[in-house]
Amino acid sequence: MRVALFATCLGDTLFPDAIQATALLLSRLGQDVVFPEAQTCCGQMHVNTGYQREALPLVENHAACFADESIDAVVVPSGSCAGSIRHQHEIVAERFGRPGLRDQVVRSRAKTYELAEFLVDVLGVVDVGATFPHRVTYHPTCHSLRMLRVGDKPLRLLRAVREIDLVELPEADQCCGFGGTFALKNADTSTAMLSDKLRNVGATDAEYCTAGDSSCLMHIGGGLSRLQTGVGTKHLAEILATTERTIAPKQGALA
Amino acid sequence: MSGTFLGMPTAPPRGTGNIRGSEPFPAAARTELGNAQLRRNVGKATRTIRDKRIAVTGELPDWEELRSAGAAIKRDVLSRLPDLLEQFEQAVTARGGTVHWARDAAEANAIVTRLVRGTGSDEVLKVKSMATQEIGLNEHLADEGITAIETDLAELIVQLGADRPSHILVPAIHRNRAEIREIFLRAMPGVDPDLDDDPAHLADASRRFLRDRFMRARVAISGANFGVADTGTLSVVESEGNGRMCLTMPETLITVMGLEKLIPSYADLEVFLQLLPRSSTGERMNPYTSMWTGVTPGDGPGEFHLVLLDNGRTATLADEVGREALHCIRCSACLNVCPVYERTGGHAYGSTYPGPIGAVLTPQLAGMDTGSGDPNGSLPYASSLCGACFDACPVKIDIPSLLVELRHQHVEQAGFDAEQALMKAASAAMASAGRWTAAQRAAQLGRLLGRGGRIRALPPPGSAWTSARDLPVPPKRTFRQWWDSAEGRAAIERARREGGAR
Repeated sequence: MRVALFATCLGDTLFPDAIQATALLLSRLGQDVVFPEAQTCCGQMHVNTGYQREALPLVENHAACFADESIDAVVVPSGSCAGSIRHQHEIVAERFGRPGLRDQVVRSRAKTYELAEFLVDVLGVVDVGATFPHRVTYHPTCHSLRMLRVGDKPLRLLRAVREIDLVELPEADQCCGFGGTFALKNADTSTAMLSDKLRNVGATDAEYCTAGDSSCLMHIGGGLSRLQTGVGTKHLAEILATTERTIAPKQGALA
Repeated sequence: MSGTFLGMPTAPPRGTGNIRGSEPFPAAARTELGNAQLRRNVGKATRTIRDKRIAVTGELPDWEELRSAGAAIKRDVLSRLPDLLEQFEQAVTARGGTVHWARDAAEANAIVTRLVRGTGSDEVLKVKSMATQEIGLNEHLADEGITAIETDLAELIVQLGADRPSHILVPAIHRNRAEIREIFLRAMPGVDPDLDDDPAHLADASRRFLRDRFMRARVAISGANFGVADTGTLSVVESEGNGRMCLTMPETLITVMGLEKLIPSYADLEVFLQLLPRSSTGERMNPYTSMWTGVTPGDGPGEFHLVLLDNGRTATLADEVGREALHCIRCSACLNVCPVYERTGGHAYGSTYPGPIGAVLTPQLAGMDTGSGDPNGSLPYASSLCGACFDACPVKIDIPSLLVELRHQHVEQAGFDAEQALMKAASAAMASAGRWTAAQRAAQLGRLLGRGGRIRALPPPGSAWTSARDLPVPPKRTFRQWWDSAEGRAAIERARREGGAR
């Protein structure tokens, strides 16, 4: 299958490891991965902050980039960006778009998948051949959970990882308090939500907190780093792409 | 009337009353967040109710169908509201009730005051009602020399404490029993000075206090959970029975009902009497459901007045997207699951309607256009858009989408400011890959801000982030730089071969 990778603006710029991992994982699973170079951002931050007019050029660019018929599927390692493409692009296109944009948006949307959805629903794999000998807890991000309804697909993928010690996160379905510009506009409330999330992550004694969205991990990771907990964050894709061979040198270095 | 010419479309009136706070949400929230006792009280109570709700909604095999039915009935009502209201008015009148129409809080308060005066009484009993909270009826009556006594226990606690409700269903959710004891000792006439904080003793004290009032009351004022258009029946659901005392004992009953509380027929109650108690109190059925239709000689109040309240509802109805907020049956399930409400409590929203539904309902009823500092303009942003409210709503109001819509409307109204300039700049930078890669190179300059792989302090507005969180320094290479590199190509090629070998 010819699979186009949507890196997301945040992933491309700040968290390239998660996108690399997605590209490597999909390639290993036999997909013909392509990266349409014209891609930039889905416009979620603009729409969620009220700037639908300003989101229009981004929606147009995204649709032009991925509506191409040679692309069989678009994979996004971000629940919130997948949610934006699925639920918000049409609203913006209908409100401000030129004739024809809506159709393009609907065509691109129909083949867009969040990573865990693509692996489990489209490829039909649960065991992706990963090995990750660490204690890990999983945070189901709000948009994956409630906008996309990915359910337990990410957990099924994680449970199939070899040597992983997967521990349940208390109050897992509570929001971490990121919410894009919410963290800036309502910084105090966001911090109160984050501190409860950090306490719950801490209670698991996990080495890593993982999730399907780099933005939530940026928030949780930023808090863990500030508190100097030593707990790391890793995108779900990074764990699923890790094989024995790739982590071997790190273990050697630790020894 | 103003000088309106015939044929000129007039905008429906905006709501007035207790539906605009005095400061924007972030500032009000900061104050509330500093109250550790409040956070404990609200957190404990919301968690308890939400666990009960999940248990009792999970029992019903057709819960999702019930939610869909509730949403469909509400959609139907709103699509033909004028006709149904007319039918309702006729039915109420035919059964001996009197219908009054109020455009806003001032009109509604004036009508109720006139009706109470007409009875010669200077004391009225109140059934817990959001509509009368919304219009500030108690305060208005007090100004007119009429004492209004709340009979719902939690409302009574709030009233005696000279406080404001903090929750739709549990107005005193922010108070614990030690605080309630102190309020009773301070403000309840005739209370036993040895009263302790045992909940049964507190309830007993309020029962003694209220029993006297029930016995002598001549006028009661209620809201309504439902108004049935085809029969003119009104209904109040409650847990304590105090409402029923008010609805049956006095000579005169005055009901203030928001226009959107209408349902078409008696049979539709079947849906809502299942949805409401399970969603709001986590009970299979509320203990008391009172219904009355006009007046019946020798049985209950001899005089019945219904005040139909617009107060911004028609204006809300005019918004094709936002009108969905009028589906709300005031169950408060969205408050109990909201991570923002759980931490700030209700006062931060500055309105009778707090929490997620308040954040969409309040700005629509009262507008958010009284200037750049209008507190109502901050409400649509008082959410991380986590979506828990949508999942909990018994009538499937898509609150997150409505919040996003209201943010759009607010930005369109608010006009140019620094934020819009930033958003425009970001949009321009990301509209093409060429400009975007240039912006990414600029972002990589951010590496200069960091030490040890993280950034610990940013200038405003980023300082809001770094007040409690680090930011990773931008990596040396973006993903697309890696993808275009020889290393990237080799890694992908290797992964393909590994896959093929598997």
